[in-house]
Amino acid sequence: MKIEISRGKVHNAFAQKVEEISGQNLFACYQCGNCTAGCPVSFAMDLGPHQVIRYSLLGLEEEVLECNTFWMCASCLQCTSRCPKGLDIARIMEAIRLVILRRKERLDRLEVAELSDEFLERIPQIALISGFRKFTS
Amino acid sequence: MDRDRSSLRERHMEFLYFPGCTLNTKAQNLDEAGRGCAKVLGFELKELSNWTCCGATFPLAKDDIMALAPPARLLARAKEEGSTLTTLCSVCFNVIKRTNQLIKGDEEKREKINTFIEMNYQGDVQVLHYLEILKREVGFDTMKGALKRNLQGMKVAPFYGCMLLRPFEEMEFDDKEAPKIFEEFLDAINCEPVDFPYKIECCGAFQSVGAPEVAVECAYAILNSALRNGAEAVTTTCPLCQFNIDNMQREIHQRYNGFPGIPIIYFTQLLGVALGLPVETLEFHRNDVDPRPLLKKKGLL
Ligand code: SF4
Ligand code: SF4
Ligand code: SF4
Ligand code: SF4
Repeated sequence: MKIEISRGKVHNAFAQKVEEISGQNLFACYQCGNCTAGCPVSFAMDLGPHQVIRYSLLGLEEEVLECNTFWMCASCLQCTSRCPKGLDIARIMEAIRLVILRRKERLDRLEVAELSDEFLERIPQIALISGFRKFTS
Repeated sequence: MDRDRSSLRERHMEFLYFPGCTLNTKAQNLDEAGRGCAKVLGFELKELSNWTCCGATFPLAKDDIMALAPPARLLARAKEEGSTLTTLCSVCFNVIKRTNQLIKGDEEKREKINTFIEMNYQGDVQVLHYLEILKREVGFDTMKGALKRNLQGMKVAPFYGCMLLRPFEEMEFDDKEAPKIFEEFLDAINCEPVDFPYKIECCGAFQSVGAPEVAVECAYAILNSALRNGAEAVTTTCPLCQFNIDNMQREIHQRYNGFPGIPIIYFTQLLGVALGLPVETLEFHRNDVDPRPLLKKKGLL
């Protein structure tokens, strides 16, 4: 993929929004990959969390918003606890989820109506409530 | 032993208790056993009056003040009723403790929250997990003195999960990579703690709702690791961990032919067995993989 880098692109509006919601400085990341290496769900992610950070700074907003990485993130804070640069990556993942969930189209990741009765019977409140907090607007 | 018991009684310890919604329903096994053990160990769990759900997630967006209102409100109420608040659920513990730290340390947000909930709370309630009460307030040595059944030789893998420990600086719970409190607890009740590399890994958390097939893989990795290291059971402190590694074993069996299955027991249930509580009160019928055959094999039932 050919990527053109410019000052304007690196300081793009999307990356700024992610920084604002997460309170994290994306530029602090030096791409060591520690976050992705320790992530328990990275096997199911299209891009590693470290790639999502770099893509955001390169202005690849669409690629980031279309990947499943932040939806797969379980907010377990393993990356956060191990980042040598002190970045709270879990907050960055949350910020990207919210960029989508806060749009006026309200494109929720999870539809209650689609969960089967049997499943609803089965799961504990704690799973449902935290799931709704993470996947719905 | 007698001296230990009487010194417990003399101290009369009382802690406010926040059960949380899951312990009121699906995780009654965690709750009932915890209450029963407290009685035997001589401390009182005073249920917080008028509590609500804590929200089950600590908001990670810096501008999400709304999600802090429920935990802040229940902390403010706790302040009116006592000085130390305890939980059994790791997630409740995480949400409430982090909210408390935030209120204590962030003046601007504290004011915003207080204005919104129409209370004046300063972050000065002490938040302790039940395991910390056992270790710091009761004392594992004292607990040893109250044992009635011998769990010797039972190999149990302590599953910490994430929420007790992270973020380490805010939770102030134990070492972030090599915690020990759970092992010390198991030692104290004569179980053999099984060390396994997945003890602080995530079980997939709410992905059991968002992407169940992914959560199943997380659970499988954890249980496989515990089994490989010789565990006969895994113990947890969290109804979400419990669901993901206990109930979801159904899916693991479908996907992995030779998976033998392993009982997952709440730490309060194990303690209840050790303290000699009547087995019917420990609600083992709520555990998906029935731990009773193992307990029977060990001569504990
Ligand atoms: S661990 Fe931290 S510095 Fe390393 S790649 Fe991840 S975010 Fe960047
Ligand atoms: S918080 Fe998310 S990105 Fe970080 S390690 Fe956990 S699941 Fe992976
Ligand atoms: S964290 Fe879970 S158990 Fe605790 S109150 Fe919230 S939803 Fe209920
Ligand atoms: S392992 Fe999963 S359910 Fe358990 S504490 Fe961690 S996130 Fe929560």
